[in-house]
Amino acid sequence: MSEKEESIFTNPFLRWIDDRFPLSSLIKDHATEYYASKNFNIWYIFGVLSMVVLVIMILTGFFLTMNYKPSAKDAFDSVEYIMRSVEWGWLIRYMHSTGASFFFIVVYLHMFRAMLYGSYKKPRELIWILGMLLYFCLMAEAFFGYLLPWGNMSYWAGQVIVNLFGYIPFIGDTLTEWIRGDYFISDITLNRFFAFHVILLPLAIIGLVVAHILALHHVGSNNPDGIEIKEYKDESGKPIDGVAFHPFHTSKDLVWITVFLIVYFAAVFYAPEMGGLFLEVDNFEPADPLKTPEHIVPSWYFTPYYAILRAVPNAALGAVFLVLAVLLFVFLPWLDRCPVKSIRYRGWQYKLALYIFVISFLALGYLGMQPATGVYVLLARIFTITYFGFFLLMPFYTRYEKTKPVPERVVYKK
Amino acid sequence: MTLSIKKLLLLCTLLLVSDLVFSASSSSDNEMNMKPISIDVSDKKSLQRGARNFFNYCAGCHSLKYMRYGEIAEDLNISEEQLLNNLIFSNQTPQDIVTTNMSKADGDRWFGKAPPDLTLVTRRKNPDYVYQFLKSFFQDDKSPTGVNNKIKDATSMPHVLWLLEEEMTPANYDQFLLDIVTFLEYAGDPTQEKRKSLGLWVLSFLFLFLVFSYALYKDIWREVK
Repeated sequence: MSEKEESIFTNPFLRWIDDRFPLSSLIKDHATEYYASKNFNIWYIFGVLSMVVLVIMILTGFFLTMNYKPSAKDAFDSVEYIMRSVEWGWLIRYMHSTGASFFFIVVYLHMFRAMLYGSYKKPRELIWILGMLLYFCLMAEAFFGYLLPWGNMSYWAGQVIVNLFGYIPFIGDTLTEWIRGDYFISDITLNRFFAFHVILLPLAIIGLVVAHILALHHVGSNNPDGIEIKEYKDESGKPIDGVAFHPFHTSKDLVWITVFLIVYFAAVFYAPEMGGLFLEVDNFEPADPLKTPEHIVPSWYFTPYYAILRAVPNAALGAVFLVLAVLLFVFLPWLDRCPVKSIRYRGWQYKLALYIFVISFLALGYLGMQPATGVYVLLARIFTITYFGFFLLMPFYTRYEKTKPVPERVVYKK
Repeated sequence: MTLSIKKLLLLCTLLLVSDLVFSASSSSDNEMNMKPISIDVSDKKSLQRGARNFFNYCAGCHSLKYMRYGEIAEDLNISEEQLLNNLIFSNQTPQDIVTTNMSKADGDRWFGKAPPDLTLVTRRKNPDYVYQFLKSFFQDDKSPTGVNNKIKDATSMPHVLWLLEEEMTPANYDQFLLDIVTFLEYAGDPTQEKRKSLGLWVLSFLFLFLVFSYALYKDIWREVK
C-alpha cells in the first residue's frame, strides 16, 4: 500500500470499510490533506454558507412537502394550515421562505468574491462555469418554488416570467403553452412546477455542487492574493502557505457559520416578511386570475434583471437583454484579459469598473422594485448601459491595466 | 431590524439618486395622513377586548376561516364558558372554524361583493390601513349605504360602528378600533408571540455557541504562523 492508500483508522470496523470503500482517501483528499491558503478573509466563507443554506432548504422543504398540497384549490390553504396547525410548521415554513432569500444573498456575495480575487481565471474557469450553472439552477428553483404558495403575486409574477418565453420567434407561443401545460397559469402548471421544485432541480443542484467542489479540489482554492500556493511546498509536499481544510478551515468556518445563523435566525424569528421583501403583501391573498396586483414585482433577487427587461423600449429586445445580462457572467474568464487575479494588485481600471458594476447591480435591483415610470426608467436605462459596459468593455480596459507587482508568497499577518 | 435589507438597498441608491427622484414619486394613494398606530400583540387584555369587539360587530359578515374558536380561546386565556356565552353566537362548537352565517351568494347580492375573510387582512394590507379604514367613514348621500370612506372610495361596507362612534368618547372609540386591529393582527399570524420568545432562546444559544466555536478556532490556529 502506498502512503496515500493507507488507512487513517485503527478501529477494525472502519478498516473493514476502508478495504472495500475509499473512505480514508476521501477524507484525506477533501479534508485532512486538502490544503487551502491560510490567509482567507471573510469573502471566503460564502461558499460554505451556500452549502449550509442548501441543507436548510432541503430539510425544511422535505417537511413542508409532507403537508403542502400542490393544487390550485388547496395550495394557499395548505400553506396557512402549515403555518397554524402543523406542529412547528410556522418555523419550518419561515425557515424555508427566509432561506430562499438568504440563499441568494450568500450566492451573490460568493460570486462577488470570485470577481474580487479573479477566482474565475485559469485554471479555475470550469469551477466558475459549474458555479454559473448552479446559479441558473438556483434561479429556476426559486422561480418554480415561488409559484407554490399560490398567492396573487406568485401567480402574476409567474405569469410575467413565463410570458418572457413568448418573445422567442416562431415557437414562443407554443413554448409558453408547453411550459404552462395550459393557456394560462393553472392547476396543471402548479403541479408541474412542484415536480420541478422538489425533484428535478434539487437533484441537479446537488449534482452540480459535487462537480463544483471536485473541480475546486482538483486545482486548489484561490486566495485573496490570487497566487498559487502549490508553487511553494515543503519537503513533505505540503504547500507552505496552505493549511489543511480540516481542522483549520473547518474550525474557522464554524465560527462564521454561527455568525451567519445568528443573522439568519434573527430574520426568521423577528422579520420573516422583511418589510415585504421576503414575503410580499400581495401573497397573503390567494391567486386570482381576474385581479392583477397594482405593481407586479418579482422577488428582490430577480429585480436587477427585471429592471433591465423594462429599461429596453422593445419588449422582445428587453427579453434578449435580460438573458444576456445573466449569461454574460459565464464569459468572464475570457472577457478579463488581465493576467493578475487579485484586485489587491490590479490597476485602477478594473477597480473602477467593479465599483460601477456593483452600484449598477444594486441600483437596478432597487429600480426593478419601483414602478416603470418617468425618472425610474431613465435611471434603469443608464444603469443597464453601465451594467453591460462592465462586461462588454472588459477586454479593452483590462488589457492595458497597469498592475502592481504580485508577491510570491501570500500575505498573512497573525 | 425589520427593514434592514431594504434600508441597505435604499442607502446604496441614495448615494446615486438625488432626493429629487424620491420627492417626484411620492405615493399618490389615498393613504396619506396616516398616523402610525402602535400595536402590541402580547397585550392579552387588548386581544380579549378585540375578540369581543370582533365577534360582536364584525363576525356577522366577516369570517376568520383559518382560525378555530377554541384556538383563539386558548391563546387569549378565554375560558370555554366565556367563549360559548360571549363569542359564539351560532350553534357552532369551539372546534369549529370561525365562519359567518352569511352565504357568499347573499353577500354578493346585498353588498355587491361578499364581505371578505379577515384572517390575513392585516398582512395583506397592514394594521395601519385597517385602523385608518375603520376610522375614515363619512356621510355621503350619493352612496347606497349612506356613507363613504376616505381611505377606500366607494367601499361597499356600511359604517357598522356609527352608533358606537357617536356614543363613545373619541379616545374610547379609538381604543375600541385599536383592539379590533390588534386582534386581527394576532389572527394573521397566531404563533408570532411564541415565535418571538423562542427566537430569544435560539439566538442566546447561538451567541453562547459562538464563544465556544471562537475559542476552538483560536486554539486550533495557534500553531499557524
